[in-house]
Order: sequence, then C-alpha cells, then structure tokens
Amino acid sequence: MPSPADRLYTKEHEWVQMEDTVGTVGITDYAQDQLGDIVYVKLPPVGQQVRQMEPFGEIESVKAVADLYAPVSGEVVEVNGELEERPELVNQDPYGRGWMIRIRLADRAELANLLTAQQYDDYIAQGADA
Amino acid sequence: MSQKQLLCTPLYEEHLRLGARWFPFAGWEMPLQYEGIIKEHQAVRTRVGMFDVSHMGRLMVEGGQAEEALRRLVTYNVRALPPGRGHYSFICREDGGILDDIYVYRLDHGRFLLVVNAVNAKKIRTWLEERLPKDVQLQDVQMETVMVAVQGPTAVPLCTRIIHSDLGHLPKRGCKFVPWQGTSLFASRTGYTGEDGLELVLPSAQGPRLWRALLENGAVPCGLGARDTLRLEAALPLYGQDISEDVNPVELGLTFAVSLDDGFPFIGREAIAKVMVSEPSRLWACLQAEGRGIMRPGYPVLHEGREVGKITSGGYSPTLKTSIGMAFLPPSLAQEGMRLIVDVRGEPLPVQVVRRPFYRPSR
Repeated sequence: MPSPADRLYTKEHEWVQMEDTVGTVGITDYAQDQLGDIVYVKLPPVGQQVRQMEPFGEIESVKAVADLYAPVSGEVVEVNGELEERPELVNQDPYGRGWMIRIRLADRAELANLLTAQQYDDYIAQGADA
Repeated sequence: MSQKQLLCTPLYEEHLRLGARWFPFAGWEMPLQYEGIIKEHQAVRTRVGMFDVSHMGRLMVEGGQAEEALRRLVTYNVRALPPGRGHYSFICREDGGILDDIYVYRLDHGRFLLVVNAVNAKKIRTWLEERLPKDVQLQDVQMETVMVAVQGPTAVPLCTRIIHSDLGHLPKRGCKFVPWQGTSLFASRTGYTGEDGLELVLPSAQGPRLWRALLENGAVPCGLGARDTLRLEAALPLYGQDISEDVNPVELGLTFAVSLDDGFPFIGREAIAKVMVSEPSRLWACLQAEGRGIMRPGYPVLHEGREVGKITSGGYSPTLKTSIGMAFLPPSLAQEGMRLIVDVRGEPLPVQVVRRPFYRPSR
C-alpha cells in the first residue's frame, strides 16, 4: 500500500505532517511492521528542542530497540501521552492515533531534505534497511 | 555480501504459505513470527500453539552398553531413567563447563534419544562419536525427521484427538511411540515454554500432514520469537546466551540435572562436586523491571554504581507486561528482593531480584 501523500518522510522511516508551523511526527507502516509488536515508546518532554535527523526518542518492540529521528528541528509542543499505556497504537494506526510528537518548526527550508511519499515508497521498494 | 546457504526444515513450504517472517538461526532458516510475537505468546499461555523445532539435533544412542556409556557422558543418571521417561541434563567438559544442555529420553532398555541444541549439534555429535565405545551406535536422525512442539493448556487434548492415542496418560517427561498414519510417531510430554504440552518427532514425509492437522484443529503457528519470550518467562536458559562452556550447572542453579548420588565418575563430576560443596562465585538470577524500559542481553547490571554482572537473556514479558531478564550475579546480590539497576543504554532501569521462574501455570 502506498504511503499517505499528505506528509513527508525520512530514510529512517519517520513521517511528518505539516499544519501551518507545527509538524506531527510518527513512524511509517513499514517501520512498525519491521519492528513487530511495539511495547514501549520513550518520548521527550514538551518544551525540548530537537534537531533534524537527531534522535528524539526510542522505540522498543519485543525483539528490538530503535532510535526515533526528528524529521525537522524545533520545539516539542505536544506529546502523545496515550502511547504510554497503549504503545500498540503505533502498530495498529501508525499514521493516526500512533503519532508521537508535535514539533514547532524552526526552519521551513529543512522540509526540502525530506522525501515525498512517492520517493519514500521507491526507497523502501529498493530494500531499505529497517 | 556473501550469503551462507541456510538449511530449511521439511515444513518450509508450510511456513511460507502461512506468511512467516524468517530468522536465520544456527544455520537454519526458521520462522521468527507469523501473526505477531505477542499473539503467538498468548495463544500458548491460554490455548495452544505449535512450533517447528526441526532445527534441534536428534541423536539415537543404541546398543547393549548404551546405558553405561551414556552415563559417563551426561550429568544426569540415565540408569535411573525407566523406559518411556526423559530428563533434562548437561554434557560437560572435565572442568564442569557446559558443552550443551540436552534432553535425554530412554526409549527402551538399550536405546536413548538425545535432543541437543541446534548451535551445538555438530559439536556434540563429534564429542559423542569420539567417546562412545565401538559396540554403541550413534545415529543422527535429524535430517530424516521433523520435530514439532505443541504447547499450551489444550495441547495434550488436541494431540490426543488428532493422533487417536491417549497422550493424557503420559506423565511429565514421559515419552512413547504411537502409530499414526502408517508410521511411528514419538511423543514426549516436554517443552520449552513453561506450559504443558508435547514434543512430537516423526518421519519428514509425514511432517506437513501433521502440521496441517494441528493447524486445522486450532493450534496457532508460533515462531522463534514467541519461543524466546515464553522460555524467558519460564526462566529456561538458552545455550549461547545464558549458557556457554564457561558456565557450570551449579551457577545456573540447575543441579536437578546433575546426579552425584550414584557415585558414577561422569565427565565433569569432580569439578561440579567441588563447586557444590564450596560456593559458586556467581548465581543466575531473575530480574524484574520496576520502571519503564526493556533490558536486553549484554546490558550491565549495577549495584551501588558498580557493575556486578550483565544481562544474559532479557526482554519484554507479555504476561507480566514489563521487562524481565536474567543475569549472573555475586551470590550475596542474587537474593530475592535485592534491588539493582540495569544500565539501559545510559538510562538507569530499577530492577528487583525475584523468585524463579517469572511465570508458572496456575493449574
């Protein structure tokens, strides 16, 4: 299934959906499928500054742990607290209720560094490493 | 990148059809999961799951002197094993280091089946070949058979229905051959999940038929992922992670698999007896997380800021819904209720030493 076209992607399998200056961030369906059952998501507190393509948190599945990379730089303005009790939402609804953080974008120009849905789908079709 | 040729079990096509995700393990291409590790784990805890464990080594030891010869090579007293019974045991070096942890079954008076770890299968075959007397035959039956573990509270009734033989009469660790579809099937009441169940061995050609019969009757296919979380909750060690040649049975706390009372000088006896009367320098302990975060193999265990051990096996427990793990600790710290810290990639995770195992069936 193609990735949603209404957002941008990283090669580390995060997505960001922009609304004015705030971007909602999560991981892709491909990423959740590769990780398997997700049991813990470690997210930063509201107010923390994150930088593009630097880790902002960690995600643990039954079999593995992975860093979460910020698709854009800026300030964390909201965190999905529901994931604390229900990390499996990332598996069930990666593009919806499984969202992780909202970032107030520091520099709009950074969006040019991200992949479109089409580019991301081509990237995983070529055998991206999960 | 060069890829080594992986071996496939006779059930490979079945796994393919079920959409298995693969995992290379000890030279075998094995199913990691089908629907998902947690679903498969829960199926075994509440109903019944089945695992293709054909990668496990299977060796027949046969001959008039088999009992005597084996007694020298395994730590458990096989002479005390009546026909139709099995027991967990070790094969040790002279210094007590564990070459493998195995299951040994006595089929009849002079015939034994050894189930050994896939990672050690070749090593153990060679070790035995070099030490068994000429009149005892060693036959490697792995490649001509399949092995399926059917595990969970409804595993035995399910198998009884399919195989048309009352397997419910088998005692714990009991085993027998039963006729099935024109062939002979070996069934033992053993497993590696902490749950009741059976392990079945039969000729390769009949494997897919048995697998499908189990599937049609509700057994949930489970991969090595769930096998690992299940055995971890049951605090059963995994060779290569918890056990190596540098570990002895006393440190593991598994001396029920070592018989010293018959006085027989099996290989490793002297060294093991020595550790038993003194005190081992470390003990394998169960750790349960008291915070968020998942302990995984290799993570340091800290006491008062000092490293006192490393996690050997660790992960998420679907039953306890928290992280659990095992580590070798100094005996003074390997005490129930002791509070320690696991270093989870720089973050401290508070853990407590708890009673073994983490999970026990309620029945």
